[in-house]
Amino acid sequence: MLWLSPLLALLLTALCGALMFIGVGKSPVQGLHVLLVAPLSSLQGWAEIGVKMAPLLLCAIGLALCFRANVFNIGAEGQLVVGSIAASAFVLTFDDGSGGQGGWLMIALAVLAGAVGGAFWASIVAWLRDRFHANEILVSLMLVYVAELLLSYLVHGVMRDPDGFGFPQSRMFDDDFLLPILPGTRLHVGIILAGLVALWAWLFLARLLAGFRLTVGGLAPLAARYAGFSSRRALWGCLLGSGALAGVAGACEVMGPIGQLTPSVSPGYGFAAIIVAFVGRLHPIGVIFASFIMALFYIGGELSQTRLGMPSAITGIFQGILLFSLLACDVLIHQRLRWRS
Amino acid sequence: MPPRLALHRISKRYPAVLANDAVDLAVEPGEIHAVLGENGAGKSTLMKIIYGVVRPDAGEIHWDGQPVQVDNPAAARALGLGMVFQHFSLFDTLTVVENIALGLPPGTPLPTLAGQITETARQYGLEVEPLRHVHTLSVGERQRVEIVRALLGKPRLLILDEPTSVLTPQAVQRLFDVLRQLASEGCSILYISHKLDEIRALCHRCTVMRAGKVTGVCDPREETEASLSRLMIGADLPVPVRQSRAPGPLRLQVQGLDLERAHPFATRLEHIHFGLHEGEILGVAGVSGNGQQELMGVLSGEDTRARPDSIVLDGQAMGQRPVSWRREHGMAFVPEERLGRGAVPELSLGRNLLLTHQGPNTVRRGWIREGAVHRLTTDVIRRFGVKAPGPQAQAGSLSGGNLQKYIVGREVIAAPRVLIIAQPTWGVDVGAAARIRNELLALREAGCALLLISEELDELLELSDRLVVMAKGRMSPALSRSEATRAQIGQWMSGLWPGAGDLAASSGAAAPGVQHA
Repeated sequence: MLWLSPLLALLLTALCGALMFIGVGKSPVQGLHVLLVAPLSSLQGWAEIGVKMAPLLLCAIGLALCFRANVFNIGAEGQLVVGSIAASAFVLTFDDGSGGQGGWLMIALAVLAGAVGGAFWASIVAWLRDRFHANEILVSLMLVYVAELLLSYLVHGVMRDPDGFGFPQSRMFDDDFLLPILPGTRLHVGIILAGLVALWAWLFLARLLAGFRLTVGGLAPLAARYAGFSSRRALWGCLLGSGALAGVAGACEVMGPIGQLTPSVSPGYGFAAIIVAFVGRLHPIGVIFASFIMALFYIGGELSQTRLGMPSAITGIFQGILLFSLLACDVLIHQRLRWRS
Repeated sequence: MPPRLALHRISKRYPAVLANDAVDLAVEPGEIHAVLGENGAGKSTLMKIIYGVVRPDAGEIHWDGQPVQVDNPAAARALGLGMVFQHFSLFDTLTVVENIALGLPPGTPLPTLAGQITETARQYGLEVEPLRHVHTLSVGERQRVEIVRALLGKPRLLILDEPTSVLTPQAVQRLFDVLRQLASEGCSILYISHKLDEIRALCHRCTVMRAGKVTGVCDPREETEASLSRLMIGADLPVPVRQSRAPGPLRLQVQGLDLERAHPFATRLEHIHFGLHEGEILGVAGVSGNGQQELMGVLSGEDTRARPDSIVLDGQAMGQRPVSWRREHGMAFVPEERLGRGAVPELSLGRNLLLTHQGPNTVRRGWIREGAVHRLTTDVIRRFGVKAPGPQAQAGSLSGGNLQKYIVGREVIAAPRVLIIAQPTWGVDVGAAARIRNELLALREAGCALLLISEELDELLELSDRLVVMAKGRMSPALSRSEATRAQIGQWMSGLWPGAGDLAASSGAAAPGVQHA
């Protein structure tokens, strides 16, 4: 029943969406078709979904591991931003614009720089939690805004393109610093990376002692103490790991579809990933499906702006409805409503 | 006069088991009626049916001769049924009167209720202060709150589920006085227990259940413990074989152990001092909440605040060593709480084995060796007679006694050299308890040093070579097996041992009047 809950939530979301389309005077059939089916009618559409899936999946896998360990990191967005800054700094340092400095090794190192950047940003959360018992939910959330302001400061300052007419963005990266793509699309190698990470996370949870430690720490903290599993180690491990994955997502964005550092590297992937993780039942394979659905909302939302003249908020609205439906389904599956007189 | 409560051919089937199979039960007015049976015999299901928590598949319930249908606990209370559960349902942060008000329909003003509580409590000689916060109450006091809560409903039938597992012998006597007074006023009492001596001392009649069926109705005062247990388990109890054996060299030495409380509701440990030898069982008696949990914590390594040399294992100071170090050096632990500490309810038995087996046998280079874990788990299940479909069964789906057998078995197959074990047979039926005790004696035979923390005096007297008592975070001098008597240990449980806190008072300083065997 618990596994059915995401499917029920999806149906409810479609139902609410249909009502919403009726409410704004559009045909619900056409609206849902544009939102959920049209993106899948071409290779281009599938590729675009993949482009959105990659960062969502990378962030959501890290978050799912965190949430399983009862470490509520909700600041993947900030870790993604810092990852993109770190990767961009690496690229801009070695890329003088003349070409030829790149190559797969430099690309790998740049992605690694992104991972380090994201992990560093998450390590602040871990340290505050470990040293001062600061609430990681608040700290990780607040650090998102710090990260965004840091990004804004940098693209308006030292990382700004000197020949860019003052626009707040970096130089375009040279082609040989960009991730390999599927010819004719924007789909980059990040999606393969994300898929591998999901499979690894599955194995990690199912077959590795470290994954078992993490699961026990989340399910029964007292049993974890009895078994001698360190809760500090779990805290640091989860946060560094999820921070690194978010950082990789940020690196893939700037070295993939964007191609430079801009003031807005992410349309909220880090926050959407929280929904993805829960819709995917915190299970790595479930998260793959959930990230597909969320990516579909992004692309479908864009299509319904151009084809139906819906506002850009539509993606966020559908994400929100999906989350609320899921929470409602979970509550109503576990509890029964009774009216008190 | 018709019986107060009569059950006719009550049956209840769960998907896997027939929990109650045509059960008959009759309780007369003013009768104290025992229901005796092993874990899984169907006692709990039967009580839940009487109290309206579970609906039977077949059969009839008669109340004062009239057929009734009990749809829910509220309907049961309306009929005049009261129940004291084994696990208290009290909120620590609320006062006694607030807790009791929670279970009543809204509308009773608290001061009125507080008056009623004091009145009812005085009537039965139960000391209960309505305005105290529950977290300041001892376990015995909490039970009194539960009893008063049940009595406030003016029950004509009171059900008590294993009520004495948390009480000192003296408190048990007080409880029995209350129950006898209630019965003399015409209230019927259904007394669920697995303690044969208590049933024989208190109850007028006894219904024995085995595997969902009633196997006999008798007058327990005319039965022996052997005949009762034969009715209950269908066979003679295995008699624990305890061979006398000279203690070996010192394994674990605890000296001058002091420990500040870790949280406001904890107990401070003061001057704990004892030695544990190879091939010896040292029993720790005492009512829970007197520092046993804290002692368990510092010994198991969950709490590493102890001074390093206050705990010495085989000559190595280990006060601040982590759990893993202690296990690698041959220690094993069975905690008091099974669910949530000794086992993770959501995980399989196989995964729960990994909690305490992380050596090269079960984990290689960080990877879990599924085959080996499966084999070990199957071994434990078979050797300890755990009733479970297999290693993949969820720990939470096992009954309390079965899970305890599994946890004890899991630690025993590690062949520990020092085993610290708390409440090994708490809530476990007689047959399984005997099996667990025999395994502990076998470990002792093999040279393991055992520290046995228990609230069951019979168990301690049966197994221990020496006995100490814990009270208010302090530990009494050791009594040898031959010196220990129930009366004296009961007295020491209140902290009244000669030269309390004086470490020089050794095991020889028994109280006057004790017969030396």
